[in-house]
Amino acid sequence: MAANPMTQFEVYRIGPEIKVGAFDISFTNASLFMVISSLAILIIFNLGSKKNSTLPNKIQLLAELSYSFVSKMISDTAGSKAKPYFSFIFSLFMFVLFCNMFGMIPYTFTVTSHIIVTFVLAAFIFIGVTVIGFIKHGFGYLKLFVPSGVPVILLPLIVVIEIISYLSRPISLSVRLFANMMAGHTMMKVFGGFVISLGIVGGWLPLSFSVALTGLEILVAFLQAYVFAILTCIYLNDALNLHH
Amino acid sequence: MIKKIIFQLIFFNFYFVIEVFAAESGGMPQLDPKFWISQIFWLTLTFGILYIVLSKLILPKISANLELRKSQIQENIEAAEKQREISESKIKEYDSIVLRSKLEAKNIFKDAREKTLKDINSKKETLNNQIDEEIKKTEQEIKILQKNVPEKINKIAIEISSELVKKLIGAEVNNSSISAIVEYLSKKNGNKYYGN
Repeated sequence: MAANPMTQFEVYRIGPEIKVGAFDISFTNASLFMVISSLAILIIFNLGSKKNSTLPNKIQLLAELSYSFVSKMISDTAGSKAKPYFSFIFSLFMFVLFCNMFGMIPYTFTVTSHIIVTFVLAAFIFIGVTVIGFIKHGFGYLKLFVPSGVPVILLPLIVVIEIISYLSRPISLSVRLFANMMAGHTMMKVFGGFVISLGIVGGWLPLSFSVALTGLEILVAFLQAYVFAILTCIYLNDALNLHH
Repeated sequence: MIKKIIFQLIFFNFYFVIEVFAAESGGMPQLDPKFWISQIFWLTLTFGILYIVLSKLILPKISANLELRKSQIQENIEAAEKQREISESKIKEYDSIVLRSKLEAKNIFKDAREKTLKDINSKKETLNNQIDEEIKKTEQEIKILQKNVPEKINKIAIEISSELVKKLIGAEVNNSSISAIVEYLSKKNGNKYYGN
């Protein structure tokens, strides 16, 4: 079992089987880590916002720095019009970040290493952004597919490319996160397996690789959450401020 | 018959493919749709709750805290600025007072100096006058005395010389002759004795 690096991604039921109609919505290890991540976020930010001292303590500082970090990220990429969507992007960033980070603890489950999870998030963002775009600009939102300053001859081609790139947004967004998380964890598992199979003599090299990879993976965990959030901001920017 | 064989082939093929996929699905559990619905459900639930609690309860509090701190800091800065201005004006006032008092002190000092100088000068003058008067008086006195001195000396000289003559020769000599001699001598040597 330890030899297969993919077993860490296996979903299994915890507790009884719950069925609603034909759908199986049993509580699984994936659900458990979603709940843990959400609870961790809620606890940390609740503690960080509980009392307001002029000189913040560490947890308050953490909460406030995260707040201003995300706030700055949104205002930099999507402008001031994106303010109503701040809570959503903040929750999204924190959720992805905490799921990624919890996945870095050995013997845990990485929620974001499942394509279905990232795809649902990305599809929700895609649909939401499209709806916002049509509400804000009506059918003028379709001008997004017609960049200005393009020769008329090239226009049919450009429009097709734009539409394809727009429609592939949820796929690229979800696959980017899922593939990064899966590849990183698989690689770490493989190197971990090498440590065991090479034993006390030869295992030191893969062990040192493993240590380095852990650092890299923590960076990737943060970076992918950041990329996920910032791409959401960019899509939102397209919908809110139609530049084309 | 042929149909049956083809069907069986396809069926077994399919079965085989399923077997392969079942083995492969151990390799890629993400593509196994068994728990997809469950994952979607729990994701929606947890993320929904997270979003609602964060947006309704926690984020407004953090935002309010930040705003409050910002305004507090702003207020403090403003108060500090005001106090600085006040202290600056106080310093200016103080400086002007010091300058004024310095000027005043200078004036007072100057006045006092002038006054004392005047006093000293007047006193000196009166003193000089007094001294001059005294000197004049004494000079006059001296002059009077000088005038009287030869006569007295002559008288004394006459008396002494008459006494001397009496003692020496034992005879009385006419006073007038002696006085004539004395007068003659004093006139001859007067300047030598009383040097005027």
